[in-house]
Amino acid sequence: MIEVKDVYFTYLYGVEALKGVSLTIPDGEFIAIMGQNGAGKTTLVKHFNGLLKPTKGEVVVDEVNTREVSVAKLARKVGFVFQNPDHQLFCETVEDEVAFALRNFGFEEDAIKKRVTWALNLLDVEPYRQASPFMLSGGERKRVALASVLAWDPKVVILDEPTIGQDHQQKEKLRHFILQLNAQKKTVIIVTHDVEFVAECNPRVVLMTGGKIVADGGAEEILTNPKLVVQASIVPPQITQIFLGLSDLGLPTNVIDVHEARKILLSLMRG
Amino acid sequence: MDENVFANDMAGEALAVIETRNLTYMYPGATKPAIEDVSITIERGEFAILTGPSGCGKTTLCRCFNGLIPHFYGGKLEGDVVVADLKVVEHSIYELARHVGLVFQNPENQLFALSVEKDVAFGLENLAVPRDEMRKRVDWALQMTGIEELSERSPHELSGGQQQRVAIACVLAMKPDVMILDEPTSFLDPAGAQKIFEVINELNKKLGVTIILVEHRLDLASKYANHVIVMDEGKVALDGEPRRVFNSERARLIGVGVPKATRLYQILRESGVRLGKVPVTSEETSLLLREVLKRD
Repeated sequence: MIEVKDVYFTYLYGVEALKGVSLTIPDGEFIAIMGQNGAGKTTLVKHFNGLLKPTKGEVVVDEVNTREVSVAKLARKVGFVFQNPDHQLFCETVEDEVAFALRNFGFEEDAIKKRVTWALNLLDVEPYRQASPFMLSGGERKRVALASVLAWDPKVVILDEPTIGQDHQQKEKLRHFILQLNAQKKTVIIVTHDVEFVAECNPRVVLMTGGKIVADGGAEEILTNPKLVVQASIVPPQITQIFLGLSDLGLPTNVIDVHEARKILLSLMRG
Repeated sequence: MDENVFANDMAGEALAVIETRNLTYMYPGATKPAIEDVSITIERGEFAILTGPSGCGKTTLCRCFNGLIPHFYGGKLEGDVVVADLKVVEHSIYELARHVGLVFQNPENQLFALSVEKDVAFGLENLAVPRDEMRKRVDWALQMTGIEELSERSPHELSGGQQQRVAIACVLAMKPDVMILDEPTSFLDPAGAQKIFEVINELNKKLGVTIILVEHRLDLASKYANHVIVMDEGKVALDGEPRRVFNSERARLIGVGVPKATRLYQILRESGVRLGKVPVTSEETSLLLREVLKRD
């Protein structure tokens, strides 16, 4: 469980990025943190593995205060995939990249080999095993970064903007794969702007604006609230927009899923 | 400023601004072509979306439009590519740059000067534009992209959305006939992305700049486009009007992320409900559904 207790955070250059955030994330939850550019989303999740320590307040991960434990130790439990893979990748081959953390954590070479193969296959980048990560496309680099974190099987996986640069098929894979991780009782935390992706995943949504949490609830409840959505600089999913445009005909306004939309429309038409 | 700045340049030229015929290209050392037998025409003033799965050849094709291929990358090019009446293989990148501007996916890779206006002026200095004209064009480009108040700021202390506008201003100042934008909003929140698409749309509709937008996220951009090209494995898979392309079975099979507004139309049709036409925006779908619901 991750507990964020009235956390404030000010960067060294003076910007106050978090202004009193409290949040509890139970084990096994799937949660999307959304909000405008500069709302403090990435700053918040960097507190979950101890990369940042609160200026005021505290963050407790499985009953351990993040101030009292090293990032290296927390990382074993909380894996973090950066928004920009170039801030994370540095090895000469994809294989070394994925093996790097495993060696640091002291895994046996046999186990490392198995885990690397498993992770590369999972993310569809096995053919690039011997290639330099920097020869790959943006979307592929992003998947290598993800593989390198999943390889050590952390209990909590944080993905910062996982859908950037991914095509529709890769996004579908990513969605299945997140749901699969979640089904294995892992906690999955995504930071994202991708409203359509969130509408398809339907997780718990935490909405941030100006360093504060302004809403917390189910995707259906949050993404279909026009006032909240505008406040957070996001746009409602297209299906919601369609139904909001028909609200005067008595249609529900809390629809985000295309198949749910069909069901409602068919029952009305055949009513 | 005069909104018809491009009008004079347009007079007397052919309708097509980009034309490729059986274009095939192989990077040096590659064993198979990155693009193969591509024949497309983009007409002057079009707003075209170029999409398709990662690695399908979109970026390679764009590099053929501004001469980076073959002049910078080398490799083996067959077939023809003509841009603004210039055969790309016969003209330098420098000459082509006057006609085709490329906005990078990540603005950090493009911006480097100490102030926004210096960054915007850089391309003009390279083209040896006279000082007075340069001042005018920089101010105009900043105004068109809505960032006049940022002119003295350092590009590196701006937000992602502001940087993306600066990157567009840099290219706009060179008054290209064609502007290619490679996922120009990928780092922006949806409201910020919408603003950028509106800026691009204004350049297209008011100034007649031909737009080629490389994009995966079709839900936000589709309403502005009048031409969609889908590539798959180096070849052109679909080429035509957005409604027709999005509604084709092939688009779904290739894995194009058709807008949900179109997807709803499709799955309703599978259930026997026919709407008047194929929608691409949520407004259109609402209107079409309203007709059907009222009729019942």
